[in-house]
Formats: sequence, structure tokens, C-alpha cells
Amino acid sequence: MRTVIFRVTAPYLTSLMFLFSLFVLLRGHNEPGGGFIGGLIAASAIAVYGMAVGVEAVRRALFFHPIAYAAFGLVLAVLAGFVSIFAGFQFMTGLWAFPAILGGDVALSTTLLFDIGVYLVIVGAICAIALSLEERYSD
Amino acid sequence: MGAWYEQFFYLAIALPFVGAALSSPIGRVFGRMAALVLALFPVAGFLLIFALSEEVQGRQIMLAGFDWIPAFDVRMSFRLDGLSYAFALLILGIGALIVVYTGGYLEKSPRIRQFYAFILMFMGSMLGLVLADDLITLFIFWELTSITSFLLIGFEHEREAARRGAIQALVITGGGGLALLAGLIMIRETTGLSSLSEILDQPEAIIESGAYVPVLILLLIGAFTKSAQMPFHVWLPNAMEAPTPVSAYLHSATMVKAGIYLLMRFFPVLGGTPMWEIILPVFGGVTLVVGALLSIRQSDVKLMLAYTTVASLGLLVMMIGIGSELALEAAVLYLISHSLAKACLFMVAGSIDHGAGTRDIRALGGLWRTMPVTFAAALLGAAAMGGLPPLFGFLAKEEVYAATAEAGGLYAWFVTGAALIGNSVMFATVLIVALKPFIGQLPTGLRKAHETGILVWFGPLFLGVVGLFAGIFSQVTHQFISNPMAPPSLDEAVAITISVGFHLGAALYLSIVTIILGVLLYRRSQVVRARIATLLARIGWGPDRGFDQVMRGLISGAFRLTNFLQPGRLDYYMRVTFVVIIGALWFSLIRSDALPALPEFPRLYFYEWAVLGILVLGLVVVANAPSRLAAVVSLGIQGLAVALLFMLLGAPDLSFTQFMVEILSVAILALVMTRLRLMPADRRPFREVIPELTIAIAGGLGFALFLITVSQIELDTSVSDFFTRYSYVIAHGRNIVNVILVDFRAVDTMGEIAVVLTTGAAILALVRIRVSKKDRAGVKRKRRALEGGGL
Repeated sequence: MRTVIFRVTAPYLTSLMFLFSLFVLLRGHNEPGGGFIGGLIAASAIAVYGMAVGVEAVRRALFFHPIAYAAFGLVLAVLAGFVSIFAGFQFMTGLWAFPAILGGDVALSTTLLFDIGVYLVIVGAICAIALSLEERYSD
Repeated sequence: MGAWYEQFFYLAIALPFVGAALSSPIGRVFGRMAALVLALFPVAGFLLIFALSEEVQGRQIMLAGFDWIPAFDVRMSFRLDGLSYAFALLILGIGALIVVYTGGYLEKSPRIRQFYAFILMFMGSMLGLVLADDLITLFIFWELTSITSFLLIGFEHEREAARRGAIQALVITGGGGLALLAGLIMIRETTGLSSLSEILDQPEAIIESGAYVPVLILLLIGAFTKSAQMPFHVWLPNAMEAPTPVSAYLHSATMVKAGIYLLMRFFPVLGGTPMWEIILPVFGGVTLVVGALLSIRQSDVKLMLAYTTVASLGLLVMMIGIGSELALEAAVLYLISHSLAKACLFMVAGSIDHGAGTRDIRALGGLWRTMPVTFAAALLGAAAMGGLPPLFGFLAKEEVYAATAEAGGLYAWFVTGAALIGNSVMFATVLIVALKPFIGQLPTGLRKAHETGILVWFGPLFLGVVGLFAGIFSQVTHQFISNPMAPPSLDEAVAITISVGFHLGAALYLSIVTIILGVLLYRRSQVVRARIATLLARIGWGPDRGFDQVMRGLISGAFRLTNFLQPGRLDYYMRVTFVVIIGALWFSLIRSDALPALPEFPRLYFYEWAVLGILVLGLVVVANAPSRLAAVVSLGIQGLAVALLFMLLGAPDLSFTQFMVEILSVAILALVMTRLRLMPADRRPFREVIPELTIAIAGGLGFALFLITVSQIELDTSVSDFFTRYSYVIAHGRNIVNVILVDFRAVDTMGEIAVVLTTGAAILALVRIRVSKKDRAGVKRKRRALEGGGL
């Protein structure tokens, strides 16, 4: 699979897919998308990159171990639930704020934080599985 | 809210646990004096409870508690009346002495701080048990004592015997605890009463509820296992593998008395029936006689004491079983006396071990010169156990005989006989324990014997002296301990008045006979021991070996069951899973007569036909794929076709996700497949395929019928209506699927991503197991053997 064409285009493809996955993640509350599907797209992006340049390069690019991303995501999701406790609501109650940034209303919420947590868990877990499988059988 | 004494309760129960939590820092800071500091926790608890003694004597019942699991009407609630008050004082008072004793006895152990923590936790559990009011609270603390005692008995876990003793105690008392739980739940279900206070207010409720017999039996199993009645007694002697402070505490005043406490507590509502008056005395009497006989045959001081404990517990159960006023008074007095005396004697046994280096009475002798204080404590303890005047034990024994003698008829003969045999043999045993190591010639092996430190001899001596003064000033003892303890078990307040003063009667004559018999047995103890040993050798089998056999049977049974359910073959799992699912589908369809009417022929658009065509095409390819890789990839076609369907039916979100999952799973599977040797798909003769084919057809038909049935039932749309209406209003989102996932049911999603994370980590661990070449050959051989002999 490591053809020259693939290796040259893969980084661009990966970046585009990443960008798209973020877009899908952020618009998820109103349009098709969300953390789960965004995470899947990002995982595919990493898989594409991995096929092109090999596991070692992917691991270097990720910097942390994939499972660490997943664990961080889970912590983020749980923390998003705790925010509402400190605000005096029940665990996991969604809180919303609409601050005006650069002239437009930006919707910020704990649910968004939660969705980002989901995103990270999916990316991390699936990457961990795919990378370790690839590594295991390529030696 | 609440009465002023509520804080006393919470504080008293919390103190031992706080002490346990602080034991490590305290041990570090105070070093050798840590025992004294830690003993302040139970002492403070003792004073807190004792401060309520006026209310208790005034028969006030004090309650405290808060809702714990309101949905099930479970409260964390406590009750202080005379019975729990007396038990609490014993637990905390003796507990404080034990902590002090530990400081000296385990001085050199590197894990002494851990031991403090364990024993204080145990103390707190025991205290919670006797103070608990709510039935579930009672059970929680009951099992906590089992668990903490497991930690204590197995403290020296390097030794196999200690581990075995700990596991045995846990299995037997924990199993009894489960029976207790069942009994308590039955009480709650049949009477609707959930706390001791309510139950004791309606003494007839359980007997009239119709569940009396099972409740009684379950509660008795709980009590008998905890209080080491035959044949559950085996764990108690084996628990002697624990360090001596544990034996002195658990097996004198606390854990084994938990069963006695339970019987006394439930006597007003369960007792007095013919069943009660037969079962308890029979079990108690047998335990008393057998325990006593086994005690005298031992040569290890601790084991001798352990078996006399078994016998004493039998005596207590017998007394509670007789259930007359006198018998209950006797049980109360005997319990107090036994707790004091046995704790004292166990500590003496530890001191002998500590000072002389052995506990075998055949190797001991002449220690009175070097260990005079221990000798004094031993004499006091033995006199109290043997029931010599003017010690408190004497009063207890007199009351026992008075109660058995007036029981009436054949019954009286049985219980008096059991008490007489048991008491005299026990007397002989404690005489051996208290005299044999100390008098006579000092064997040459014991030249280095020395008196122990004050921390070690203080506890036993103190308890011995308490036993003495408790007997001499019996009126004070009765006022503060025995009388408050007795009334809850009796119908009306009956003051206990017995004192050391001169009283003639059957009881005194029986006492004299006991003492004479005991002394005779003591003088001929060698012969008796040999006789019992030959008898036991002839029987050859005992509950202890039985326990091992049961455990072995359990393990091999579990092994076989596991092998049957989890043979490690994927095809087996798949087959079983599908057969079960198909069975459930068809059964419910046929049983409820819900076979659907055939739907009219669908009118589909041409592109829907196209999708269907792709689906079928993909299926044909999967079934006929020449290689596994081709099968995997064409299996992906199904998923993509389903995603297309979602898209056409207006669920872009689902279709989007389906696409991604399908792509990723195909990619990952292909990844694995390309790295493995790509063997061509199995070709099997048709007759071998028949079972799978049958399963597949039955499953496909079943699911199709099921789905058709579902689509023919009118859907309840209230849930989806709710989400449609509120997803934007409440959760500010127009994408309902996403809103449900991250807002309405976010806790579910949290659980799911936790599962994803765990799965990822688990797969990582599995993949990392690298099989070395040598092992690989072994695995292959095994697989070949399996395939040869398997399905």
C-alpha cells in the first residue's frame, strides 16, 4: 500500500479528514454529527495515515499513547457532569452560555464538553486497537 | 433534630473506625506507646455508652438513625437498650485491653500498625452489629465482622494454616450470614416490619405471619454458624492460627457472641415455641458435651481454650433455648463471666507462648517462679471459668444449675446432665491450662522463660481482678450490667439478685459435684486424653475433613461447570447464543399466538429495489467467498446497504454512523486478515453444514416474523413525541439523536464510553500477549488435539 502517490497524499487527506471530523463534532447538536461519529472519522483519518507511513510515525505524531487520549476523554465527560453539581443542579444537567464573541453569539455548554469527551474516547480507543493490531502482525 | 444522645451513638460507632484510619500515623508518631493512644478510642466509646447507663437502667430505649436507601425503606439506624448496652460495654471494654495487649504482644511485628487497623475495624463492626436497629443495617455489620475477622485470622498469611483458618471462618460465618439475610428479608416481606424496634413492639407478628418456621431456621443457621455450634464449630479451633490478641478478642467476647446476641435479641419474638425449646437445647447440649470432651484431649493451650469456648457457646445456646426466666438470667450471667474469663485466659495463653516460647502443656512446667503475674492472672481466669466462689463465674454456674434443675421432667435430666458433664470437663481443662504450665519442675528447655512486659500482663490480670470484684460486689454488677441486659429478653423486669452469699439447694450440690468431678478428671487427664484420642482415631472422620471435602467438591464442580459453559471455542458460543435467541423468539411468538398476518406486497421505488439487490448480492458473495478476506469485505456490503436504507428513510445521523462503523470494522478486520496467513475459507461437506444452516434459517425466519409483528402493532409514540417537542426547548439542539445521546441520556453515554475505553484497554492487553515460538508449538498441538477430539 505504501505507494508514492498514497504516501504523498495521505498527510493532506488526513488533515482534511481531521478538519471534517472537528466540523462534524461541533455541529452535532443541530445537524447530523456529534462526538461519536466525529471520533470515528478521526480514527479513520489516523488509520489512513498509519497505512501510509507506518505505526511508528503515527505514534510519534500522536505524542501520547492513544489510550491516554481515551482516558482523558472519559475524565472530561465526567467532569462535564460535575460542573452542574457545583452550579447547584443535578449531575449531568446541561448548562448553557451564549457569550458574544467576534460579533456573533457562540453557544457554549457542558454538553459540548461532554461530546468532546466522547470524541476523544472513541478516537483513543479505536486508534489503540488499530495501532496495536497493525504493530503486532507487522513484525 | 433528634435527641441529645444521638451524637453519642454516632460518635461511639465512629470512634473505632476513626482509630483504624489513624492507626498508621499514630503508630508512626508514638512508636511503642501507640497501643495506649489507640486504646483511648475504645475507652472513649466505652465512656460514651456508659454515660447512658442511667437511661438504660430506667428501661429507656434510645433510637437514632437516618434514611439510607429510602427507595427500599432501608435506614441506617441504631438502638440502645439494655441488651445492646451491655454488649457494647463488653466489646469496647475488653477491646481496649486487647489493643493494649497487642502493643506488647506484637511489639516486634513489622505489620503491627496494620493489625491495629484491622482489630479496630472489627471492633467498630461488632459495635455496629449490637447497636443496629434496622434489619439491613444489622446484616451489613454482621457481614463486616465476618470480613474483618477474615483479615485478622489470616493476619500471618505467609502460613498456609492461617490462610486455611481464615477462609474456613469466612466461608462458614459468611455463608451463615447469607442465611441470616434471607431470614431478615423474609421478616420484612411477611410482616412489613423493617427494624428491631418495630418487631419487638409487635412480638406476635412473626409467629403469626406464617413464615415462622423458615425464618426461625434461617436465623438459627446464621446464629449457629457465627457462634460455632456443632457441626459448624470447626472454624473456631482452626481460627486459633490467628495471633493471640485476635483469639482473645474474637473468640471470647465478640464475634462468637454475635450469634448469642442474635438469639437473645430475637428471643421475645421467636422464642417460647416448642421448636425453639427443642432445637436450641439439643444443638447447644451436644455442642457443650462434645466441645468439652474435645477440649481436654488437646495439648496446645490455645486449642484447649478454643474448644472450651465451643462448649461454653453450646451452654449459652442451651440456656437461651430453655427460655425460662432463670435460664435467661443464667445465660446473661454466664455470658458476662465467660467473656471476662475467656479473654483473660486467652491472653494468658499468649503470655505463656511469649514468655516460654511454646504453648504445648506437655513441654511446660514450673513457670510460677519466673512468671508470677501471669500465674496469678491464670488462676483468677481459671477460677472464674470453673465457677469457684467468690468469683462472678460462680454466680453464673449456680444460676445455670438452678435453671436446668427446675426445667422439669425428662428435659431437666437432659439439660442438667449436659451441663454437669460439660462444666466438669471444662473445669478440668481450665485447671490444666492454669496449673500445668506453672507448677512442678521447670523443664530444661524453658530456662530462658521470663515474665512479659506490663502491656502484656496488664490485660489478663485486670480482667481476672474484674471477675473477682464483680463476684464480690455482685449487686453493683447486676445493677450496671446483668439487669439491663436481661429485661429485653424477659417478659417483665426481673431483677437478678444472686450473690455469693450462702445458699443451699440443688444448684449448690451440683456445683460441688462438678468441682469434685473436675478435680478427678484433672488428676487422670493423661488417661482421658488418650481414650478420647483413640475414640476419635476410630471414628476417623470429622466436620473439619468434611469441610475440606465440601470445598474440594465445590471447586471441582465449578471447574466442570466452567468447562461446560466456557470451553473456549467460538463456534460453540455462537451456536449456543443463537439457539437461545431463536428459542426465545419462536417460543414467545408461538406461545402468545402473535404470528403476524402476511404483509401486503410492498411497493418499492426502483432505488429501494436496487439497495435490496445489493444486499442479496452481498449475501450470496459472503456465502460463496473463496477466501476469508473476500468474505469480510463483502460482509461490509450488508452494512453499507443498511446505511443506505437509513439514509433513504430519513435518518442521516444513523446512516452516517453506520457508514463509518462499517468502514472501520472492515478496515480493522482486513488489517488482521492481511497479516494472518490468508487461508482459503473452509470447505466442508454439506452434511456438516446442515446444523448451522438450520440455525441460520430458523434465526432469519424468526427475526423476520418478529419484525413484521412489531410493525403491525401500533407504536406508542409518547417517548419520541416527548423528544421531538422538548429537544430544542430544553437542550437547545435540533438533532434529536445527538441531544438524546449527550443530554437527555448523558449518563448512559458516559457508561458506554467507559465500556469503549475498557474494551480498548482489554484488547490492547490481549494483543500484547506475545506467544513465544516454543509456546506456539504447544498451542498448536493443543489445538490439534481439541479439533481431533472435539465436535
